[in-house]
Amino acid sequence: MEAAYQKIVRLESQLHPEGVQRAPLWQFVLWLGFFGAVLLWGVYAMFLCWFKGLNQTNMNDYYGFALWIWADLGVIAVGGGAFFTGLLRYVIGKDPLKYIINYAVLIGFICYSSALLILAIDIGQPLRGWFIFWHANVHSMLTEVAFCLSCYFGVLCIEYIPLVLENRKLDEIPFFHHTAHNFHEVMAIFAATGAFLSFFHQGSLGGVAGVLFGRPFAYRPEFYIWPTTFFLFTWSAAACGPCFTILVTKITEAITRKKLVKDNVVELLAKIAGWMLLTYSIAKIADTLYWGFVMLPKHGLQITDFYTNASLIYTKLGGVPWILLIEILCSVIPALILVSKKGRQSKPALVVAVLLGSMCALINRWVMVLQVMAAPIMTFDQFALYFPSWQELATTILPVAYGVILISLSHRYLPVFPQERELNPV
Amino acid sequence: MGETQGHGHQEGHGHAQGSKYGMVIDLDKCTGCGACMVACMAENNVPTKPDETNKLDTITWMRVFKLSNGKAFPEAETCYLPRPCMHCGGKHDAGHSPCVSVCPATATDYSYKTGIVSQIYTRCFGCRYCMGACPYKARYFNWWDPKFPADMKEYLSPDVSVRMRGIVEKCSFCFHRYQRAMDRAFYEGRELEEHEYQTACTQACPAGAITFGDLNNERHMVHKVVNDKHEGHAVLQGRKPFRLLEELDTNPKVYYLSARDWVVKAGNASLRETKPATKKPSGGHH
Ligand code: SF4
Ligand code: SF4
Repeated sequence: MEAAYQKIVRLESQLHPEGVQRAPLWQFVLWLGFFGAVLLWGVYAMFLCWFKGLNQTNMNDYYGFALWIWADLGVIAVGGGAFFTGLLRYVIGKDPLKYIINYAVLIGFICYSSALLILAIDIGQPLRGWFIFWHANVHSMLTEVAFCLSCYFGVLCIEYIPLVLENRKLDEIPFFHHTAHNFHEVMAIFAATGAFLSFFHQGSLGGVAGVLFGRPFAYRPEFYIWPTTFFLFTWSAAACGPCFTILVTKITEAITRKKLVKDNVVELLAKIAGWMLLTYSIAKIADTLYWGFVMLPKHGLQITDFYTNASLIYTKLGGVPWILLIEILCSVIPALILVSKKGRQSKPALVVAVLLGSMCALINRWVMVLQVMAAPIMTFDQFALYFPSWQELATTILPVAYGVILISLSHRYLPVFPQERELNPV
Repeated sequence: MGETQGHGHQEGHGHAQGSKYGMVIDLDKCTGCGACMVACMAENNVPTKPDETNKLDTITWMRVFKLSNGKAFPEAETCYLPRPCMHCGGKHDAGHSPCVSVCPATATDYSYKTGIVSQIYTRCFGCRYCMGACPYKARYFNWWDPKFPADMKEYLSPDVSVRMRGIVEKCSFCFHRYQRAMDRAFYEGRELEEHEYQTACTQACPAGAITFGDLNNERHMVHKVVNDKHEGHAVLQGRKPFRLLEELDTNPKVYYLSARDWVVKAGNASLRETKPATKKPSGGHH
């Protein structure tokens, strides 16, 4: 028994990248087992939704878009680190970022595959999902999202595959070795394509809410042919995505108890994210002011209309529109920390900043989905409350478990962090 | 007929606008009896659940809202407001309805022939984007498989398909009635008469609160009322037709009439007094 286990351990260790230390196999299996169980719970809920229909959720006719759409928009926003880091590394030429790009791509891959999965659960007739391509309405923002999202996911696969092929054992096979090499050669083209596609689908996701002229809470008049939310979403994804990449890197370092990326690399990405966040927060504040004091009055409304009724948990607590304030603070505070050298270099401050930066996108997407649905528009209509069912929660947690598992496997078997060996000599 | 109907005129982005079917609902006549809701459900094979108390997930193409002026006795007043789909035409009636413009699969469409917003059940894949877009909450999702009691199946209308789970549906202005009436008129080589195409709710209303017809046809009552023509005065009695949420440029085809100021003000947020003396009219379904 003992001998057999040792043999398995020995064989398994041959799959590890060279010259690095990995946790004992039993520990790894336990870890995978725990998240695997969570994943199965989510998969069970997913099948319930597919076979029994969306009556398994607590969505209703007032909340046709709810937790899932938020999760979708959220993961796509924080997954924006992949395209933006790729753009900085391959197109703009920020060379040090090559030490974190693998991880950014992996996180992006997880986020986007999760988004596609959630979308597949979220539609009422999943078998007709392809209608969005077949009967495409070119005027719909959702059509643009579907096309760009699918194409960009293809790009992410292409970016992730070479990393898989670099596994020690796979790399020994000449075909895989050369394939990975050739992929790397042309990666700049894919990075540029990815950035282009991301610009559009991140923006279109903003447009999904921004074009709703029947929903003045979300509606933004057009700037050129797009609502302003189009640009704000792209911008915030470029700002908050890298924050999330850094956050996950820091969490991974804490769990593996190892330094995986050098400080100068993280600081460079943090600095760029900081400036993006700062400019974003200025744009966001300007947009909010324009919306509240120019656009709404034009439509016969006042900004207070959205922050005065009974919708306490979404809008107002103790007389303050808390969610609006938190959203703005979550962009301004991390921006100020990250643009200052001192802030970036202090580890606690950096972690707080990237945490707030990631929350910034998540809260913004929450507001642009749930609050849009919550605000009654007819003066005599009711505010309705919504709380997700366990099936919705389980399927939303599913991607988290899936992400942890994929990261764990990738970290254990693939050379995700090029600086790991140098930083942790065995 | 249809596209080239005599009363049509050029409007919007160069689309020849034929008929433009719409409604005028007299809120001072509506007693809130709910006959329109029942007639609509029966006419259009709308499925029901054993328990219909939760109005957030039950399907009511036509829904009667109960409005109150929020005042205490003896000034308390109630108004019942029937709300079908408004068949929004969007700006300049160009067919840019809130819901039609967003549907990614072209599963809901605006007809320039009739001004009716259709729903293509077999194409809708249930993304529910259109529901989020509609400010009148006129769109309903089929959360469950439609179930009809066995003996009720005999009463289903053969002209209207039942809808499956997972797709969106809404009021169609009883479009199958239009098709039926048009077929006959075409066969007989004449124009469609006003009385030949009427929605189920219009006919069911015992108070005669609903008037339906072609807003573009000068001979139709709805046209007269909306355009304040001489003959319409008997109906108008000094009241001005208004629409819900007009300020949003949805351009609905359902008009309302009321002599009560607070009811008119409930139709559009911009008409509110800066600070209502009493509570806002509270909502509720009937
Ligand atoms: S009322 Fe709603 S469903 Fe009907 S046309 Fe207008 S936006 Fe569409
Ligand atoms: S739910 Fe159906 S009709 Fe509505 S936007 Fe989606 S596909 Fe179109």
